[in-house]
Amino acid sequence: MVDLSIDLNGLDLKNPVMTASGTFGYGEEFMDFFDVSRLGGIMVKGTTLKHREGNPYPRMAETPQGMLNAVGLQNKGVHYFADTIYPRIKHYDTHLFVNVSGSTIEEYVETAEVVNALDHIPGIELNISCPNVKEGGMAFGTSCPSAVAVVEAVRKVYKKHLMVKLSPNVTNIAEIAKAVEDAGADSVSLINTLLGMAIDVKTRKPILSTITGGLSGPAVKPIAVRMVWQVAQVVNIPIVGMGGIMNANDAIEFMLAGASAIQVGTANFIDPAVTLKIIDGIEAYCKEHGFAKASDLVGAMQA
Amino acid sequence: MKKYVDDFKVIKNERLNHEYVVLTLQHPGKLPPMLPGQFVEVRVDNGPNTFLRRPISIHDIDEENNTMLLLVQEIGEGTQLMCALKEGDTCNMVYPLGNSFAMPDKPRVLLVGGGCGIAPLLFMGRRLKANGIEPQFLLGARTAEGLIALDAFKQLGTVHTTTEDGSVGTKGFVIHHPVMRTQTPDIDQIYTCGPEAMMKVVAKYAGNHNIKCQVSLENHMACGFGACLCCVAETLDGNKCTCTDGPVFDSTYLKW
Repeated sequence: MVDLSIDLNGLDLKNPVMTASGTFGYGEEFMDFFDVSRLGGIMVKGTTLKHREGNPYPRMAETPQGMLNAVGLQNKGVHYFADTIYPRIKHYDTHLFVNVSGSTIEEYVETAEVVNALDHIPGIELNISCPNVKEGGMAFGTSCPSAVAVVEAVRKVYKKHLMVKLSPNVTNIAEIAKAVEDAGADSVSLINTLLGMAIDVKTRKPILSTITGGLSGPAVKPIAVRMVWQVAQVVNIPIVGMGGIMNANDAIEFMLAGASAIQVGTANFIDPAVTLKIIDGIEAYCKEHGFAKASDLVGAMQA
Repeated sequence: MKKYVDDFKVIKNERLNHEYVVLTLQHPGKLPPMLPGQFVEVRVDNGPNTFLRRPISIHDIDEENNTMLLLVQEIGEGTQLMCALKEGDTCNMVYPLGNSFAMPDKPRVLLVGGGCGIAPLLFMGRRLKANGIEPQFLLGARTAEGLIALDAFKQLGTVHTTTEDGSVGTKGFVIHHPVMRTQTPDIDQIYTCGPEAMMKVVAKYAGNHNIKCQVSLENHMACGFGACLCCVAETLDGNKCTCTDGPVFDSTYLKW
């Protein structure tokens, strides 16, 4: 019997497999495919203080072993979430995190305060790394002072687990990770999408309405694994790794590099029940390789 | 309507011409309920540049034999992989997805399709006929070769055709056909699927004559079930997902 549970800085996950924000809706979209309560956690869709329509269509481009998206944080605002969506999903027997984003520090703070009052939400994932919005988002996550400012401000009002989602579009991600740890983060998640673009050579126009967008999928995985490993060298808080995870081997690779838990994103679009296969695959790997606990995989790369 | 992920077995790959293929796919058990206008997401991630599933309209279903037909137009690498499927191959699908064409209140129905957009109209025509309504079809293509599956449509109702080169039917676009030129059309309801430019003129015609019009959109999407929010259409209520709020919309609801 393998113990799959993970201690995420005091938060007890039943297994290391979570779903990435913006790829899993509110979990409801996947109920026909499997029981989402089996997951270690769900990051619900990026949420802002006010309603956002998101970017114009087209918002998506398929790329080799990946995709670009430019959704732009379409959501109905945190009050709609708290009043309408939360009552429908709060009974899930898994940890629900709200991915919180904003254009100003005040918006981040106010949104986090609303989520703080929701009993069945044990944590937030502070999104300082969305590449698809004009103000805020990634702007906060690409320099240490601005990342620290937003994390410190939210830390003052948010009393539960504060995970900070980091941008890979930086020179030194380890430096940012260390800075947000010192500012009070309970964990860091990485990587958000990489800024990319695609052009339709027939029309000679950009495929995305926003010209640039965020790249995800297996194409980014080696970069993500490298960044998780780099961050693991400098922080003492848990790392939640993501970026192109399609199967259990990919998930284990992130754990060996230093991730305590992982998030599955784009793969949910191709195989909506892929997360269950990953949970089962991690268990099978542990059995086969003599790990009594999945947490023993964390940082177990043999250098 | 409950959604599934299943491996279907390819039992027939009928090539209609250099561009189109009709796949007959066998469900492993009993086909669950599906409605005309709905679509499937087909897994094609075995190509060097294909990664996401491909959304394809349900062309027809045979409940007795638990088979589904897909009309596939070879456009890019994903659809090329689908068109290359052979008898005995498996085809993994997420299905059935999206809303559906709503049944008409009144009996005089015209279904207007262009190119691969004719695909869902066959299934809809069959449902209409089963409900005692004999529809008219107006099918358009660039050339005679592009007018496909006409025999199947003829079994369900009257078929009108247009081709851009005039090789068959009325010369021009669907909007140039006499059924859409009359000032007093004997139509209560239009259903349309095809190129957006075609659907826009059809919707405009319907609006001018107080005919109800449902359009089926083919926006690009990643997931097909409301998770990625990539396939949005602009509506009177803001951005709506084509995969879950559509693909069928009332033409007056869209900001066209």
